[in-house]
Amino acid sequence: MAQTRRRTASRREAIAAYGFISPWMLGFVGLTLGPMLASLALSFTDDNLVASGTSFVGLDNYEKALFDDPLVMHSLRVTAYYASAAVVLDLVVGLALALLLNAGFRGIGAIRTIYYLPAAVSGVAVSLLWLWIFQPNGGLANGLLALVGLPGPAWVYSTTWVIPAFVLMSLWGVGRSAFIYLAILQRIPTNLYEAAAVDGAGSMRRFFRITVPLVTPAIFLNLVLGLIGNFQTFTQAFVISEGGPANASLFYTLLVYRNAFRYFRIGYASALAWILFALLFILTMLLFLSARRWVFYEAGRPGGTA
Amino acid sequence: MAATLDVIGPRPTGPWARRLALLVIVAGAAAVLLPLAWMISSSLKPESQVFRTPIEWVPSTVRPENYSEAVSLIPFWRYALNSLIVAVPVVIGTVLSSTAVAYAFARMRAPGLSWMFLLVIAAIMLPAEVTLVPSFLLFKELGWVGTYFPLILPAWLGGGAFNIFLLRQYFLTIPREQEELARVEGHGFLSILLRVVIPQSWPAISVVAALTFVDVWNDFLGPLLYLTDQSKYTLPLGLNFYKDIYNTQWAHLMAASLLALLPCVVVFFLAQRAFTQGIVLTGRR
Repeated sequence: MAQTRRRTASRREAIAAYGFISPWMLGFVGLTLGPMLASLALSFTDDNLVASGTSFVGLDNYEKALFDDPLVMHSLRVTAYYASAAVVLDLVVGLALALLLNAGFRGIGAIRTIYYLPAAVSGVAVSLLWLWIFQPNGGLANGLLALVGLPGPAWVYSTTWVIPAFVLMSLWGVGRSAFIYLAILQRIPTNLYEAAAVDGAGSMRRFFRITVPLVTPAIFLNLVLGLIGNFQTFTQAFVISEGGPANASLFYTLLVYRNAFRYFRIGYASALAWILFALLFILTMLLFLSARRWVFYEAGRPGGTA
Repeated sequence: MAATLDVIGPRPTGPWARRLALLVIVAGAAAVLLPLAWMISSSLKPESQVFRTPIEWVPSTVRPENYSEAVSLIPFWRYALNSLIVAVPVVIGTVLSSTAVAYAFARMRAPGLSWMFLLVIAAIMLPAEVTLVPSFLLFKELGWVGTYFPLILPAWLGGGAFNIFLLRQYFLTIPREQEELARVEGHGFLSILLRVVIPQSWPAISVVAALTFVDVWNDFLGPLLYLTDQSKYTLPLGLNFYKDIYNTQWAHLMAASLLALLPCVVVFFLAQRAFTQGIVLTGRR
């Protein structure tokens, strides 16, 4: 009797649970899984938004993308260059900033807030601001360089400097990751350091033996999300440089966008998207595999704060 | 001995080291503010003076008319209203659906629920490019291209993996006693969520609302794909369009951009704590 009642209760709970998550299920099937499979299917066709008729072309799109279309490899190189520079700088500067902010200065709350402000502003308005900053004549970047007597480059109008310009722009938002590291630093129990100091560990040793291991889960999270996020850079590239000059800032999302919505090559664009997906999947898996070697997890709590 | 024990972690301790550290912190903050100060300064200059070198931080001629002209060169207020028409339902839909979904993942038991939560997390790893084209084809098939539906509907279907994750983590920290008491009294899950859980969860819910608002207000790719009619443009599209026409009028362009950023800056200062907490809890970009 009690058992049947419990069974009905748990059945009712399950029905309620499915009801609660039904919006997500609908979204997942209709807007994630469905489109994903559709995209995979389309990538084996010559589907075109303007021409009628679609036929199966096997691996042609993939073959063309990887061997015949030099823009694909070029775009992957450009995007990887930007993503790796942005991620590494974000890591190093973010961690350094967090260590400084953790130094226990009183009354610097307002200053901390300033570091975080760029995370709240983004998109076209900020891209326009940076386009103005990077104007070779009259822009802020070269204006500041002129103050110290240095000639400024042409920034977003130079094939060499356009990516460094984008990296510099991304560094403006470094407060975001600094806050993540800071939250962890503040949770490290001070007795760990005291014990190490008593044992005679110098400050360098304490940093590399205590601080760094405890921060590695956050570093790992930032690496994975940073990689995926930076590979989707679009607005800046679209607004500021339009992929130029001479395709020097042809970020991968821009390449997919152009093929799909400017040249209407739906099948080909789908293949491009899947190539990126496969690549990011492999990279992410490699990161996860490598994590066993360098990411420190507190005993019994895999993932730590991540 | 006491001096050694003072050393708490890798902190600069000597008076000079501390002064240097403070100097770096302040200089860095100034560097972060510099672009915004430059933006404000440029927006108030006559067009003929924006290019002057060396840099004039305080304009020799202040020209506030740039603002009134900037909002009439493009239908600025129309675009701002359109942005709101998209942002309000997106924020409401995100909050409602992610709260319900996250609550189920935090508290309820049903077959398959835990691996579905893994799917929520896995979706974070999926690059947007993969679903971009087919989603567009789907909305085109539905006849929704040129309307706001493709921008609003997804928010009501789950509310995004980061938000679900954040709220679930928050719900897990709430003690269960009150909810169990309410269950004994015969309340259903929905009633418990509304009466017991949500009133305790405003900090987390405001994080989701604030971050979602900023994201949708700044969204460019979505409107670029789906809004075809100029009268329906949101602010980011309008600004980009403005750039293409008047790309040398930097003072006016900066005035319009600043006005477009203002709501996000206000939300940021109102929900500062929420912002930092949200980022720290999820690592979201």
